[in-house]
Amino acid sequence: MKKRKERIDRGIKARSGDIFALSSWREMLYLSAPRLIPIIGFMVLPLVLGDYWQKVLLSVAVFALLAISWDILAQSGMISLGQALFFGTGAYAAGIFNYYWHWHPLISIAAATIAGGLLCTLFLLPVLRLRGIYFSMVTLIIPLMLVRIIEATKIFGGTEGLTGIEALSSKWIELYLAMAVLTAALFGFRRMIASDYGLILKAINDNDRSVINAGINIYWFKTQALFISACVGAFAGAFMTHVYMFAGMPVFALDYSILPIAAAVVGGPGTLAGATLGAFILVPLSEILRGIGGLRIVLYGLFLVVFIVALPEGIFQYVQRKYHQFERWVEVE
Amino acid sequence: MFLGTIVYALVNSVILALMAIGFNLTFGISGVANFAYGALYIFSAYASWMLMNLLHIPYLPAAVISILLTTLLGALMYRFVLLRIRGQVLSEVIATFGIGLAILELFRYLGFVGFEYTLPVFIDRSFFIAGTYVDMQRIIIVIAGVLIVVALWIFTHHTAVGLAFRGIAQDERTALSLGIDSDWIATLSVSFGAGLAALAATIIIPLGSISPGEGYDVLIKALAVCIIGGLGSTGGVIVASFIIGFAERFTDSYIGSHWTMIVSLAAILIVLIVKPSGLFGKQKELEERI
Repeated sequence: MKKRKERIDRGIKARSGDIFALSSWREMLYLSAPRLIPIIGFMVLPLVLGDYWQKVLLSVAVFALLAISWDILAQSGMISLGQALFFGTGAYAAGIFNYYWHWHPLISIAAATIAGGLLCTLFLLPVLRLRGIYFSMVTLIIPLMLVRIIEATKIFGGTEGLTGIEALSSKWIELYLAMAVLTAALFGFRRMIASDYGLILKAINDNDRSVINAGINIYWFKTQALFISACVGAFAGAFMTHVYMFAGMPVFALDYSILPIAAAVVGGPGTLAGATLGAFILVPLSEILRGIGGLRIVLYGLFLVVFIVALPEGIFQYVQRKYHQFERWVEVE
Repeated sequence: MFLGTIVYALVNSVILALMAIGFNLTFGISGVANFAYGALYIFSAYASWMLMNLLHIPYLPAAVISILLTTLLGALMYRFVLLRIRGQVLSEVIATFGIGLAILELFRYLGFVGFEYTLPVFIDRSFFIAGTYVDMQRIIIVIAGVLIVVALWIFTHHTAVGLAFRGIAQDERTALSLGIDSDWIATLSVSFGAGLAALAATIIIPLGSISPGEGYDVLIKALAVCIIGGLGSTGGVIVASFIIGFAERFTDSYIGSHWTMIVSLAAILIVLIVKPSGLFGKQKELEERI
């Protein structure tokens, strides 16, 4: 007797999904819980965690932002292997604004976000026409090259980097700034992707030539997606510069390229929420595993392979499916 | 100075060609961009080192065993990972990069870093050529490089497996209809690529020491040469390695050693922007850019 698996929407999903005539608290909770849990979580977490884990939370937020930035690019058909470019450019921009011109940290973060976004867009503008793996290779190379250029020309402090950068005035400002930006980015960009604008971006990923056929200038849209994504990445970098009070060559390190991709792949690419979830799993995990040192990166590598092969949809899509649908085995007729 | 630079540039070019040729073989035939390539290169070097220093096997058998092991590792990598995601280019890149990362960082974690991790030179002698000293190992590298390229050419043009290789490179479905098992040939192409990486490591590593960081450098150099020459074109690889090899040596001698890496990276960027398929790549205009 052969059986197959059948997936059916839950009743509550059918009732509350399309028609918004909600009749019970249960249905309202069903709809709002997936949105409320992260929002409340982001607000409460800084209060309940200890000093050490608050620092971890900061880096979770930073990597979540980088993963979101990777995911926005990936959804527009550009797979980047070098998020460190965005991170590093933002970090150096903030470093320069504060170190040389002594701008207030908050202004320097805001300015570095925009400046970093613009600079990265300019860096990648010549290669926007490249597709698939060729674009990936360029993004892999540019951060490496910037490191070598800084090393060779000794600009911006050379190998020493810029030290003694002003920190934000209190750790609560740091924490809630990070959490607020993460919440805004997660929900804002999810909404953007769901809008008609996001539809164009996703269509470029699916079939760029048919988008051209529809009379849409895809380069303009790709440039915009690149700018948005670069701004998110640059914010993460600028923020981290003011937290660590340092901007130097390590900001272009491979970590900032690999971890966001790992987070997005583990969490589930193409949803933004998956990228955030991935960061919330991987970064604390790597803190717990700090004792094993370099073995962490080995684990990231293996995570990437296992998830790409065994669960390419990622954790978030899997959970989402379980939430909305139930499965049962039926006989094949 | 000038002649000496030319001699060293020549050796450097052959080294680059040796590093890139395995990556190029795999990509040209099965279309798999093997980002674990640098890791396989380092893996074989450490394997030789361990066989020699821990099991006290003489150098030659140790090198042969480690080359075979790396070839096997390549085949396993294809069978258990790449086969399931074949054709999804970016999944292949992420998966192979993950494997490479895991191998390299494992060696780093185990503490295989330092000057004692080195392989012996084949023959310890040096010659006086064109005003500079050139050691025997560098001359062996040049000879071996030429031999490997010639052997590879004969293999792909005059043996059944080699012709099957070129068959699936040209058109996989037609090759299937002629009875060529494309999965098997792709497995072979990945494992041969790994084997060539191991062979290159055996010949080149005696010049320096083995370190996990070298793995990333080899990957980037292989990528640089393949991109500039045109991914999948053997002639392109040779020309590109001469361009980069000479450019690197001359920048090193006349501008400064900090700039050598920047020269090759800048060369890649320019080629990718102007002609993504590389100098000698087959034009696949619509696949690479729009």
